[in-house]
Amino acid sequence: MIENRPWLAYVTHGVLVLGLIVISFPIYIAFVASTHEVENLIATVQPWFGGALIENYLTVLQSGKQNAGGVPVNTMMFNSLVMALGIMVGKISISIISAYAIVYFRFPLRMFFFWIIFLTLMLPVEVRILPTYKVVVDLGLLDTYAGLTLPLIASATATFLFRQFFLTVPDELAEAARVDGAGPIRFFVTILLPLSRTNIAALSVILFIYGWNQYLWPLLITTDTDMTTIVMGIQRMLFVADAVPEWNLTMTTAILAMLPPVVVVLVMQRQFVKGLVDTEK
Amino acid sequence: MQKRVTFRNLWLPYLLLAPQVIITFIFFIWPASQALFQSLLVEDPFGLKSNFVWFENFEELFSNPLYLDSMLITAVFSIATTLLALSSGLLFAVLADRAVKGASIYKGALLWPYAVAPAVAGVLWLFLFSPANGIVAAVLRAMGYEWNHVLNGGEAMLLVVIAAAWKQIAYNFLFFLAGLQMIPRSVIEAAAIDGASPLKRFWTIIFPLLTPTTFFLLVVNVVYAFFDTFGIIHAVTSGGPAGATNILVYKVYADGFVGLDLGGSAAQSVVLMGIVIALTVVQFRYLERRVQY
Repeated sequence: MIENRPWLAYVTHGVLVLGLIVISFPIYIAFVASTHEVENLIATVQPWFGGALIENYLTVLQSGKQNAGGVPVNTMMFNSLVMALGIMVGKISISIISAYAIVYFRFPLRMFFFWIIFLTLMLPVEVRILPTYKVVVDLGLLDTYAGLTLPLIASATATFLFRQFFLTVPDELAEAARVDGAGPIRFFVTILLPLSRTNIAALSVILFIYGWNQYLWPLLITTDTDMTTIVMGIQRMLFVADAVPEWNLTMTTAILAMLPPVVVVLVMQRQFVKGLVDTEK
Repeated sequence: MQKRVTFRNLWLPYLLLAPQVIITFIFFIWPASQALFQSLLVEDPFGLKSNFVWFENFEELFSNPLYLDSMLITAVFSIATTLLALSSGLLFAVLADRAVKGASIYKGALLWPYAVAPAVAGVLWLFLFSPANGIVAAVLRAMGYEWNHVLNGGEAMLLVVIAAAWKQIAYNFLFFLAGLQMIPRSVIEAAAIDGASPLKRFWTIIFPLLTPTTFFLLVVNVVYAFFDTFGIIHAVTSGGPAGATNILVYKVYADGFVGLDLGGSAAQSVVLMGIVIALTVVQFRYLERRVQY
């Protein structure tokens, strides 16, 4: 603080706290709704907690929302977890080895491959919905975990990140490894991989959130309700024709849908911040 | 930049690149080229026959009032979302930068909405504004305003803008805060000694020095509003009421996947591709400059 103006400090903290309240308000209300019985939410506003917390969460987890297909949220969360972890591990694995190839080898067509990978940045799912869907159908990957994860694991961002990092690794390490008779695979496994672990951790956090929060892709390629992921499952709960809109169960599901990524961010805040900053370079 | 020390191996590098390149070809480049090709065809929905029509799909697209509407709606949506998310992020960052005590607590508490999926963010705000039992809708009613986004297009737009911006504030906050912390204290102190008030210092020194960060975030936010908000629109309004929130990305999905207009949807995809490429080029050109700066 440059000048000593106590009132300015009060204003600063006041506005910040107000901001925090506004930002957190939707979550608070959602959580409150998830503790009420359905009758209490039909046409009334509930600003304070009710008594059906455990009941609602058990209902949703075990049997889902009956009038919206009744897929247990357990199943949805499992599918989301498989998808998130699959995308996370897949992206990191194939990106780190392709970055290794591009940085540590000289071979014909090296730059060509580099640009091919770069192109993926310019082709998000949204701009090629139908043809990609057709490819997935032709390969018989509809309603499979492979279909949910494989098409999303190509990553220019992760490849660039590892490339940047490998370029900062001192040449002496590779030289020493070579003098000692280590081949490229040995060098990668015993030296480069351990050196990359902070980058891998940061990227894992970002990619887990990315995978968990996928919406359009599972919407396109899952028709079997047992393959629903939780983020897209909520949408099915919103528009239920000719039935009581069970907002308490929908909001319980919403809380469960955001819990894993939010916990990851809060627990691994340092890696999360590093990951965000790194992936935008 | 190149490595001085490299390994020599004839087949290993190709093997290492294979998974990434194969997936890129099968799921990115092949479908994208299909989209380009289909945008020049008129096909019946069963895929039985197709005619090559050059740019007819595009001509049709740009003379279709619904598509032009959708472009306008996308522009309104992205500008509003970007402005709201950027200004709130900047405000919180400036305040958190000033708050010596508790800065890290604020930081932790402001970050987590980033982890909430756009569709879930949409559902949260949908509930707050739900005409029958939403608390914000109830407060508005008490103040004499009947909120109903299911019928009123302007209100539906406002709702999706708020939901979209809410999720993005965390990101902007983080980058603005990093930008603020890089500004040398001495510059600000010198201005203070010359008698510049905090507000004046902000507009004449701090804000101009933040320009690179602001510009970078501007591009990121526009990309976000264009492409990552599909979930919000789909879950909250489904493009309605009467197409009032039918942004381009949602329209591609609705026309192609639901409406099965292959040629038209492919032409829309190509237009979107052009937008992504333009935004990426802007982002990278700017990044080059930032390195020198």
